[in-house]
Amino acid sequence: MEVPELQPVAAFAVGLLVLFGALVSLIGTVGLVRLKTFYDRVHAPTLGLTLGNACILIGSIVCFTALGTRAVVHEILVLVFVILTTPVTMMLLAGAALFRDRSKAFDQRLAAEVLAAAKQEAAELQAAQEEAALHQRAMNYDATE
Amino acid sequence: MSGLSQQFLAAALFAAQVFLALALCLSAYRLFRGPRAQDRVTSIDSLYINGMLLVIVFGIRTGSAAYFEAALIIAFVGFASTSALAKFLMRGEVIE
Repeated sequence: MEVPELQPVAAFAVGLLVLFGALVSLIGTVGLVRLKTFYDRVHAPTLGLTLGNACILIGSIVCFTALGTRAVVHEILVLVFVILTTPVTMMLLAGAALFRDRSKAFDQRLAAEVLAAAKQEAAELQAAQEEAALHQRAMNYDATE
Repeated sequence: MSGLSQQFLAAALFAAQVFLALALCLSAYRLFRGPRAQDRVTSIDSLYINGMLLVIVFGIRTGSAAYFEAALIIAFVGFASTSALAKFLMRGEVIE
C-alpha cells in the first residue's frame, strides 16, 4: 500500500478525517435504503453526504498542505459547491415530490366526491321509483274496489 | 513512530474506500428498487456524490493532483443533471 509520506500528526489527522467522513456518508446512504417514506428518505443522504464531504475535503486540504505540492483551491471549490448545492437539490426534489403527491391526492379526492354524488343520486332515483310504484299499486287497488 | 502513522493512514484510507464502495452499492440498490421516480433521482444524487468522494480518497492515496479536476467536474455535472431531473418531475419537460 503506497500512501503519501506525511508528518505523523498530519497522517493521523488525515486518516481520522477521511475515515469519519466516509462513515458519515455510509450512514446517510443506509438511511436512504432503510427509511420508510420518500419524505424521510430525502433527508438522510442530504445531511450525511454534506458532513461527509466536508470532512473528506478538509482531510484532503490537510494532506496536500502537509505535502506542500500544490495549492488547495480545488478542494475549497468542491467544498463550497457541494455544501451549497446538496440542500438545494434536496429542496428541489422534495418540492417536485410534493407537487406530484398533491396533484395525485387532488385527483383521488375529486374522483371520490364524484362517486359519492353519483351514488346519492342513484339512491334518490331508486327511492322515487319505489314511491311511484307504491302509489301506482294504491291507485290500482282503489280502481278495483 | 512514523511507520505507525503511515500504517494508520493506509488502513484508514482503505477502510474509507470500503465504506464508500458500500455506500455506492446501497445507492444502486435504492436506484433499482425505488418505488417512485423521486426515490430514483435521490439515489442518483447520493450515487454521484459518493463516487466523487471515492475519487477524492483515491487522489489522497496516490498523492497526485490529477483527480481533483475530475471530482470538480463530477460535482458540477451531477448537480446540473439532478436539478434537470427534478424540474422534469415537476413540469413534465426540461426545456420549456
